[in-house]
Amino acid sequence: MLKNRVIEPIEPVKHTRPWKIILVLIGALVIAMTWTMDRLASFASAGSPPPGTDATYDQTLVAKGAWLAAIGNCNTCHTASNGRTFAGGRPLPTPFGTIYATNITPDRETGIGSWSASDFLRAMHQGIDRDGRDLYPAFPYDHFTHVADEDVNAIYAFLMTRDPVRAKTPANRILVPRPAISVWKALYLKPGPLAPDATHDANWNRGRYLVDGLAHCGGCHTPRNVLGAEKEREDLAGGTVEGWRAPALNEASPAPSLWTAEQLVAYLRTGFDAAHGTAAGAMAPVAHNLSTVPEAEVKAIAVYIAARMGASAGARATAAGNAPDGQGAASGERSAGGEDAPPADARQAKDGEAIYRTACADCHDGGRRGIALGYSTSMTDTTPANLIRVTLDGIHPREGEKGEVMPAFRGALDDAQLASLIAFLRARFSHAPPWQDIGGEVAKAKRERESEDRKSS
Amino acid sequence: MITLNVNGHTHEVDADPATPLLYVLRNDLKLNGAKFGCGLGQCGACTVMVDGEAVYSCLTPILLLQGRSIKTLEGLGTAERPGPLQQAFIDEQAAQCGYCIPGMIMRAQALLERNPSPSDEQIRTHMNAGLCRCGTHMRILRAVHRASKTMQGAIPGAKRA
Repeated sequence: MLKNRVIEPIEPVKHTRPWKIILVLIGALVIAMTWTMDRLASFASAGSPPPGTDATYDQTLVAKGAWLAAIGNCNTCHTASNGRTFAGGRPLPTPFGTIYATNITPDRETGIGSWSASDFLRAMHQGIDRDGRDLYPAFPYDHFTHVADEDVNAIYAFLMTRDPVRAKTPANRILVPRPAISVWKALYLKPGPLAPDATHDANWNRGRYLVDGLAHCGGCHTPRNVLGAEKEREDLAGGTVEGWRAPALNEASPAPSLWTAEQLVAYLRTGFDAAHGTAAGAMAPVAHNLSTVPEAEVKAIAVYIAARMGASAGARATAAGNAPDGQGAASGERSAGGEDAPPADARQAKDGEAIYRTACADCHDGGRRGIALGYSTSMTDTTPANLIRVTLDGIHPREGEKGEVMPAFRGALDDAQLASLIAFLRARFSHAPPWQDIGGEVAKAKRERESEDRKSS
Repeated sequence: MITLNVNGHTHEVDADPATPLLYVLRNDLKLNGAKFGCGLGQCGACTVMVDGEAVYSCLTPILLLQGRSIKTLEGLGTAERPGPLQQAFIDEQAAQCGYCIPGMIMRAQALLERNPSPSDEQIRTHMNAGLCRCGTHMRILRAVHRASKTMQGAIPGAKRA
């Protein structure tokens, strides 16, 4: 039986050229060799004594580990919906299949309770688990490799002093075999610390250390190539994550007004800045985590990001005379049918304006509860994905915190009405060209919700 | 004049297109199930269904609703012949003051029509948008679970509309 199985897939190869077979064989050999070397490396490290969960750690170190883990956003991926914190099990959809985040509580059998500090350091820096297996780069060790040993050790101390939770991580459903990871690593993992940049001050350098390392901002805000690796030359140029647009944080930032470091600190620590908007989607838990971090660390992140944005594209548009209009549609000179930004379809614009006036303006017009939409980065970004998602599903407070932030309009607007509204908002509140295929984006957002529904049932 | 389809009946409504659906339901059509709570889409007391989805009627201008199918609490049953979800709320005594309950029922109805056997987590997530000041949440959850079973005929002898 086994023999038959092996032979079957080879037979069609008979008709292809021999060099193809040779290439495949060389590839397989490289993969096998690197895999074996990783395995051997793992046995070398297995000598260090495994810790007990009763091990005592310096409380200052644990406290530092707590806020470093918050900067690393560890809890967001390593906690399932309604699950115990750090107990893993959250499915991470990737283009290559679904990976389940692991249990990083100190449970000895299902968590990392039997991991030594050096096992943990190796996982963070090299992406290899305690058994010597390559970890899928959904675990962002391409960033964590830059984190200093002492910071990794603090996080280790913090995790090892959490309550152990017995929770077995579900098996991954992914098409890529583990040995292929070593090829990915050879291409994209640049191990080791980042060299400080002497042309910038200590705050900027600390910010870059956090942003490129532990905070792994590029994980969402940098576009990825076909192999799922961040494009080095487009660092922080904006990406897509779970249907949301993570806006560019470099000079291509679409924010309609300049981000100052002070505004970034407020946004990152409260999830809201009146001159830019609300942290929603995957950014909401990031801001919640950063609210627990010493302000100096968030300031460093803000200083670095503000410097990366510089006089960003959106702000340049504003400086060129396109000041964001916080006064709302009723008092504005411009209208959707006006000369400066006419949408393609006058009927759609008229419908969209009527919807805005009757369903949105109560909160968003004239400085009442909602943000003045002329300030919102969702209006000016390259895709309407975030604007569509926020309109469909609203923005909600964390479990246990007060109030709605924005109610959902999913049922109130049909697809055509939503598309009209989005087209109107773009024309009315930004000076960017109209989005193409808003209808297609609406359909995509709805499909994504349906597939999320199916996964959770 | 705007034509609205409410609970399977067609109504010609003489109201400004900007009027929220809630006002038309209560003032023009005398359907008083949906309640005015906050008027801001924050509490859920005004919830009705539009094309199968739960909608805040206080935030939904009628200009959006031409040709669409609106369902209110009155569309689920009557005091004499309550629908299965209404009956489940009665059986579980899931109301105290009752002001939020029409919205809770309509929100739950939207869930059960899309997913007849939701998990407890799905019910909790879906019902999160409705506020109850009296604190009958646990009974509301039980009522939705009960209705899910009766609607599939799993509880023999349970009253069905």
